[in-house]
Amino acid sequence: MSARTLPLLFLNLGGEMLYILDQRLRAQSIPGEKARKDEWTDVDRKRVMNDIITTMFNKKFMEELFKPQELYSKKALRTVYDRLAHASIMRLNQASMDKLYDLMTMAFKYQVLLCPRPKDILLVTFNHLDAIKDFICDAPGILNQVDETFRQLIEMYGSLSAGEFQLIRQTLLIFFQDMHIRVSIFLKDKVQNSNGRFVLPISGPVPWGTEVPGLIRMFNCKGDEVKRTEFTTGGNYVTPQREGSFELYGDRVLKLGTNMYSVSRPAETHTSGSSKTLASSAKENIVPNPLAKEELNFLARLLGGLEIKKPGGSETGFRLNLFTTDEEEEYAPAGSGLGQAALTRPEELSYKVVNIEATEEPARRAELERILGDLEVAEPCAESCGKGEDLLALMDGL
Amino acid sequence: MYRREKSIALRSSSSALYNNLSVLRPPHKPVACLGAVHGPTVTVVSAGGDAAGCAQRQLQARAGGGASLVTQAAWCVLPARILLVLTCQKGIQMYESDGSIMVYWHALDVAEHPPAQAVFARGISAAGERFICVGMSSGMVLVFDIPPKGTNITVSEVLKEHQTPTDIAAELGRAPDGAGDLVTADDAGMLCVWSSGEEFSLLNRIPAFGWTCSSVRLWNGIIAAGYGNGQIRLYEAATGSLRAQVGAHARWIYALDLAPATGKLLSGAEDSFVHVWKLSRSPDTDDVEIEHCHAECVTDTQICGACFCDPEGNSFAVTGYDLSEIFCYSQV
Repeated sequence: MSARTLPLLFLNLGGEMLYILDQRLRAQSIPGEKARKDEWTDVDRKRVMNDIITTMFNKKFMEELFKPQELYSKKALRTVYDRLAHASIMRLNQASMDKLYDLMTMAFKYQVLLCPRPKDILLVTFNHLDAIKDFICDAPGILNQVDETFRQLIEMYGSLSAGEFQLIRQTLLIFFQDMHIRVSIFLKDKVQNSNGRFVLPISGPVPWGTEVPGLIRMFNCKGDEVKRTEFTTGGNYVTPQREGSFELYGDRVLKLGTNMYSVSRPAETHTSGSSKTLASSAKENIVPNPLAKEELNFLARLLGGLEIKKPGGSETGFRLNLFTTDEEEEYAPAGSGLGQAALTRPEELSYKVVNIEATEEPARRAELERILGDLEVAEPCAESCGKGEDLLALMDGL
Repeated sequence: MYRREKSIALRSSSSALYNNLSVLRPPHKPVACLGAVHGPTVTVVSAGGDAAGCAQRQLQARAGGGASLVTQAAWCVLPARILLVLTCQKGIQMYESDGSIMVYWHALDVAEHPPAQAVFARGISAAGERFICVGMSSGMVLVFDIPPKGTNITVSEVLKEHQTPTDIAAELGRAPDGAGDLVTADDAGMLCVWSSGEEFSLLNRIPAFGWTCSSVRLWNGIIAAGYGNGQIRLYEAATGSLRAQVGAHARWIYALDLAPATGKLLSGAEDSFVHVWKLSRSPDTDDVEIEHCHAECVTDTQICGACFCDPEGNSFAVTGYDLSEIFCYSQV
C-alpha cells in the first residue's frame, strides 16, 4: 500500500504521546522552590518535553522517516516509541508504556477514522505540530527543527491527489484494524461505544468541496437539465464554513488532532479492560514484515538497554502517578460524565488503571547525555544496512 | 422497505478497501459464496448454512515470497467457468470458484517501479465471453484469456489509458449494440468505455473532475459511477454523456452494485449509509431516470462493501471497516 504513510503515522502518534506526557507531568508538578529533591518540578517537565521533541525531530531521523517505505510492524513501531519516551530523564515501566501506547494509538485511530476527507489527515498532523511548537516556544533551536519537518510535510504531501491520500488513509486503517481498546475520555465524551468501536456522526458539515446529499439532477442527451428531485438521506448535514489552512501557519479549522487533554480535565487518561491482551490479540501479521530478523535483534538489544534500574545508594528516585488512580473516580462530582460512565459500566469492563513510574537517575542522565553527544558525530551506516534498519538503528543510537 | 436479517459472522474483520465484498451469484442459482478481505487474507463464506454451519475458508496472498496485503477479491462469472480472483501487492491470483485450488498466479514486477510508487493490483471483472480484466497500480489493465478449463491462462492484451485503476465493470451479453460492454475507472476519476472482443477497442473517455471514482457498474448501456465526493453519476455508455448527477452520500463512496434483472442500484459509503436506487429509461424520450428507494443507516460503520444477493435486488449484504460480520437485508 502507500509508501508515504510512515511520516504521518510517526508524527501523529508522537504528538499524542507528548499531549499525554505534558498533561500528566503538569498535573503532578510541584512549584520549584517547594519541591524536595525527589519531586517533579516545571523545570523537569520542560526538560522532558524538550528532550523528547529534540529526539523526535532529529534531522537524520527525519531524513530516514521521509524515505518512501512500507510501514513497520506494530511491534517495531512500538519499540521506536519506547525509545522516544526514554529520551530524557523520565523512566516508564512496561505497564505504563503499554498504556501510554494504547492511548496514543486509539486517539490517532479515531482521528484517521473521523477525518472528513482523506486529505484532512494532513490537517490532523498540522494540529499536532502546531501544539508541539507551543510546547517548545521558548527553545528556538528545536522550533527550527519542527518547522523544517513542517516544510518537508508540505513539500511531500502538498501536491498529492485525493486518491493518493485515500490510499494512505486505508494503509493507516489496516494498521489500526482490530484494535478496540476502550478509552475513558472517549467513552465519557460518547464518541466511543462500550464495545470499543467509535461513534460515527450522521450530522454536521460535509467534507470541504462536497455538497450536502439529497439532490438528484437529470439531463437529456444534449446535456440540458430536465428534471430535479430531492430525497431524504437519513442524515442531517450542513455545508462546511471554510477549509483549514495547509500553510506553515494558519487556522486548521478541523479540531481532530488538537490537544484533548488538559489540567482542567484531569480524569481522562484511562484505558480499560486488559489492554495488553486486546492489543496482542490484534493480528500481528497485518503488515508485511521483511525486517523480522533485524527487529528481533533490535528488541534483544533493547531489553538490555531499557531495563529499569532500581534507584539506590546516592541516586534519588521516586514514583510518580502519571496516570491517576482510583481517587478521581471517587471524587468525580455526582452527575458528571465520568460518574455516569462509572455507573453504566458493565462489571466485566471494569477499569484497570496503570501508573507510570517515573524515576530520576543522575548516572543514567549522564550516560544519555554522552550518547546524545556522540550522535552528533556518528554517521549511520547507510550503505551496509537496509532502509528500515537505518531508521531503527538511528533511533537506537539516540 | 428492507429489513435487517441474521448476519453472517466472519472469522476476521473487513479492511477499508473499495468494493470489499463480493457475492457469487451463479446464473439461475441462489447465492453460493460471499468473500471479504482482511489485511493479507480473504475470507470465503459459503451461503445457505445456518450460522454454525457456514463453512469458511481463508485464502492467504502468500505466493511470491512473504505475506502481502490483499486489495480486492471478486468472483468472475464467465459462460464456461467461474473463477475467484485476488489482487494484492505482489500480484494476481486466480482460484477455482470455491477457493480450493489456485489455477494461476501473475507476479507484479516490483523492481521496475520508482520507490515512492505503491505497487499493487486492483479492479477485477469478467469481460466478454472468455476474458478477465485486472487493473494495476502502474495504470495498465491486463486482459487475461481464460480457457474453459485448465491452467493455460495468458495475458492477451494490455490496455493503457489510466493512471491507477480502482474498479472495472462489465455487462456480459446484455449491453445494447454499440454501447460498449466494459468500463474501467481510476483514482483520478477518469472512466474509459471499451468494447470487448478479440481485440478490445476504446469507445469513450469520460474525463475526471477531481474526485476518485472508487466503484463503477454497467447496466443496460448506462454507467453508474460512485465518487469520493459522495456523488453517483450516470453516463450513457455509448456516448459518454452525463445523464444524472446524484448527491448520494456525505462521505466517500466505497461500493456500488446493480441488480441486472431490475436496474436497482446499491451504494455504500463511509457515511455509514447504504442507499437503494432504481434506474430506468423513459420509454418516450429514452432519458435515463433514477429514483431513491431506500436509505439504511448501518450505525457506526464505515461501509466498505455492498452487494445485491439476487438478480432482482430483493436482498443485499454489507461489510464495514473493522467489523467481523456481514450484515444482510431483505425486502419486506
